[in-house]
Amino acid sequence: MPEPASTAMPAIEFRNVGYVIPAKEPRSILNGISLRIADGEVIAILGRSGSGKTSLLKLINRIHRFTSGDLLVTGKSVSDWDLIQLRRGIGYVIQETGLFPHLTVRENVSLVPELERWPEDRAHQRFHEVMALVGLNADEFAKRFPRELSGGQRQRVGVARALAADPRILLMDEPFGALDPVTRAELQQAFLNLARRVSKTIVLVTHDLREALLLGTRVVLLNAGHVAASASPGDFLKLDQPAVREFIAASELRVGQPA
Amino acid sequence: MSDLWLFFTTHRQEILEAIRQHLLLVGISMAIAIAISVPLGIVIVARPRLRALALAVANIFQTIPSLALFGFLIPLPLIGGIGARTAIVALVLYALLPILRNTYVGLTSIDPAILEAAEAMGMTESQVMFRVRLPLAKSFILAGIRTATIITIGIGTIAAAIGAGGLGTFIFRGVAMVSNVVILAGAIPAAILALLADYLLGFLERHWQVR
Repeated sequence: MPEPASTAMPAIEFRNVGYVIPAKEPRSILNGISLRIADGEVIAILGRSGSGKTSLLKLINRIHRFTSGDLLVTGKSVSDWDLIQLRRGIGYVIQETGLFPHLTVRENVSLVPELERWPEDRAHQRFHEVMALVGLNADEFAKRFPRELSGGQRQRVGVARALAADPRILLMDEPFGALDPVTRAELQQAFLNLARRVSKTIVLVTHDLREALLLGTRVVLLNAGHVAASASPGDFLKLDQPAVREFIAASELRVGQPA
Repeated sequence: MSDLWLFFTTHRQEILEAIRQHLLLVGISMAIAIAISVPLGIVIVARPRLRALALAVANIFQTIPSLALFGFLIPLPLIGGIGARTAIVALVLYALLPILRNTYVGLTSIDPAILEAAEAMGMTESQVMFRVRLPLAKSFILAGIRTATIITIGIGTIAAAIGAGGLGTFIFRGVAMVSNVVILAGAIPAAILALLADYLLGFLERHWQVR
């Protein structure tokens, strides 16, 4: 799709998006969300549980469907996308990884390329590439099953799988949430290296302020279904909106008095 | 005890023939029951109304006393009458529920994170079914087949009442003759068959266990 020369098309654009769970007593999850996410940005969506951050993520690959406004992925409303094509172009990583226990690491990682009918040698090469990206030895791990991996290794394989078909967008929902602090720090470093090398648009959901500041090129704070703030990691701590101050205080992160 | 041994040795040929008939009854019934239940189990995953109906009907068959079911079937055209065909119909009806229920439970008790990942990867519904749900439900389905096989081997002895042959022949003859020896000539091989089936299918089930 040709891009207009003046304003680069955002990779993802929320236009006043609302999401209400339809039920007898409808529950409003997200309200008036407007966000432009540029190509190559790493957006950390921050918020406490119940703020709607996971729902926001799932609107993008249409696991949930927004109920008002419009949500565009590479310029096209997600409602107009062919569902399968939309999802195959978006990598998805969740906390519990969702690796298929009956498939080997190689089969897990190469599943989408296989569904997309990539030729065997290209799929093979890609498997080695993405395993290298996540810092795992492809030959050593190819034939192992998920149950034979540590939590950190499983998470790395989950990321490799999400990257396998070379999607433009990567969605990550608390990807390091279930890991011990040491492994978590290790994977955050691996993530930074990876994000620098792959230049994908990444939307990462987390409740951890430290993680958001470390990994995001921009931090967005969700509060009760609204965007409460959106700033670079450097500026975020200086914001004086009550919601931001409150979140920072709750995170027990002692930072110097804002200037 | 020695009477029993004597009966086994003198009627060896007859007993072996009864075992052969019994295995044939059970084998054919199980093949048909699997061919019905597994696809039906797949279909009802996404169809709640059909699911309620299918499980209810299979449940009802299970509650009919076996001798009565054989009796009900005899007067029916096509599937009824005297002999093996009627017996197979009855055995299939009994085998449906365990396989159907286990297939359904196996297909639907999969870790939601796995299904979410499959969905988010852009797998179609049938890809999710055949590449994720079914392989992960394998051991459940096999457990259902195992239960059904054991039930069928036991109930299969009653098939002799409608002239279908098998190991029940000895049991009914023994009852009529008031001879424990003759009853045991049918009951012991039937029990051994059930134990063997249990062991072999249990072995396969553990072998296929994924989680």
